Amino acid sequence: MDDRKMKHRSPVPEEELLSPDAFLAPEERGLFCQDRPEPVEPSKIKIVRDFCNWAQANSVFILAFGTGCGAIEMRPLFTARYDISRYGIFPRPTPRMSGLFIIGGYASVKTMKRIVRSYEQMQNPKFVMGLGSCTVNGGMYYDSYNTVKRLDHYIPVDTYVAGCMPRPESLIAGFNRIKELIMEGKAEGANEYAKNFEWYKRNQRRIIKDWNMPEYNW
Amino acid sequence: MNRELLVMIGKAVASLFLIANYGLILSGVMYKIIARVHGRFGPPVWQPYINLAKLLSMRTAVSHGIMFYLGPVFRITGGVGLYLLIPAVYGSSWLSNFSFSGDIILVLYFIFFGMLGMALGAAESGHPYSAIGVMRGLAQNTASELPFVLAVLALVAQYKTLSITGIVAAQQGGIENWTLFTNPLAVIAAMLAFIGMMHRSPFDLHLAPQEIPVGPPTEFHSSYLFMMSFNRAFFGSAKLVLFMNLFFGGATSIPEMVIKTFLIMLWTVFVGVVFPRYRLEQSVRWLLKVPTLIGLLALALQMF
Repeated sequence: MDDRKMKHRSPVPEEELLSPDAFLAPEERGLFCQDRPEPVEPSKIKIVRDFCNWAQANSVFILAFGTGCGAIEMRPLFTARYDISRYGIFPRPTPRMSGLFIIGGYASVKTMKRIVRSYEQMQNPKFVMGLGSCTVNGGMYYDSYNTVKRLDHYIPVDTYVAGCMPRPESLIAGFNRIKELIMEGKAEGANEYAKNFEWYKRNQRRIIKDWNMPEYNW
Repeated sequence: MNRELLVMIGKAVASLFLIANYGLILSGVMYKIIARVHGRFGPPVWQPYINLAKLLSMRTAVSHGIMFYLGPVFRITGGVGLYLLIPAVYGSSWLSNFSFSGDIILVLYFIFFGMLGMALGAAESGHPYSAIGVMRGLAQNTASELPFVLAVLALVAQYKTLSITGIVAAQQGGIENWTLFTNPLAVIAAMLAFIGMMHRSPFDLHLAPQEIPVGPPTEFHSSYLFMMSFNRAFFGSAKLVLFMNLFFGGATSIPEMVIKTFLIMLWTVFVGVVFPRYRLEQSVRWLLKVPTLIGLLALALQMF
């Protein structure tokens, strides 16, 4: 599963994409929306845009989905020692309600499938934080046969917290960084995903062989 | 338009504005108290406002059908309707709301109304966790309604009136006239049921994020979730105000209302932070045993 040589942002011809519901059972096809995601630009009025960004930055619902070993560093954040809630950051159990997806360390191909499904169910604006070195370049799993090396080939990532594993303090620094990005209006991962949909889909399909889910999951 | 009608609408809007802000601040304070018990700092008191603004500022929302839209609408209708039928401050011209046009039976119906609407909305989302959550929530709410209704019936038998304003009026004139002292058994039954009605630990199984993910609201997001979160401000404080009216002598001024409802809320928060969560069968069994028996006893004492 060597994706290190993958060309970044290569244009993909439409015919190379698989049929949207090729792998769905006929009785399941009607159950899912097959529309493509559309980019939704922020408000053109500056004061509205700033207010929305401020609200997004000060009330962050994170998707508490531990995808790898690094997720264990997220647990202390909710306890008395670090108490992330004082920064307005709360864990939510469902992707629908969440705004920030923390990829907790290495993402195996099997987990990647769930990551894609969860990410697509989140609503715009949505943010992604890669936790641990393995999300940057594979880290200690750089030669593993079933671990993805670069997370941002599959979903747009706003910020990384490097380390193996990063301590909760680093995670708090990561939260502050992502808050800065949101406040500046630079965290537009959801729109980037919608604009480069084919590229992301192609990369995802390249590694996920048993694609038994709809093209786009929301 | 009729001038009288306009004044009425103005008063209702002012009353709703007051209770919405009170409810939001109250939930902020509650999160703070729970955090302090855990030894944390907790989110700022104004965090519920920011959460609402954030939910409104979401750019996309997905619908699963008409009932999915209507679920949160029914929920907020239940909350607002419930509040508007209860006098928040006894004798006040604008905070008495429309208490003269509805009695306690209608209020009991309104408590359940939003929940049933929500159940239909959650069912339309098609998520299996929503269905499980709704099933659990309705089972537990029915169980906690029973002792509460028994306590209310005991009160109705005691005061010989179905009007909430009438019940408040009968409790005026000193602390010894409160239902708390004239009918303690009914108050005990209702206050035990109240923990279940407020969906606070140990009775928060169907809404707890750690269980089957958050239950009924699993699929709700963006502005749907905004309406449901906003409803909590109305619904939570309306229930507090209802209990204050029925059992603790009502209130004749806003500060009195604030103090009394805050203390009633503190009771559920206090129990919630001390006791761990019940499983569904445990909570239903407990609610149908202890508070229901006390409620039956209270009713029997009034009847015979």
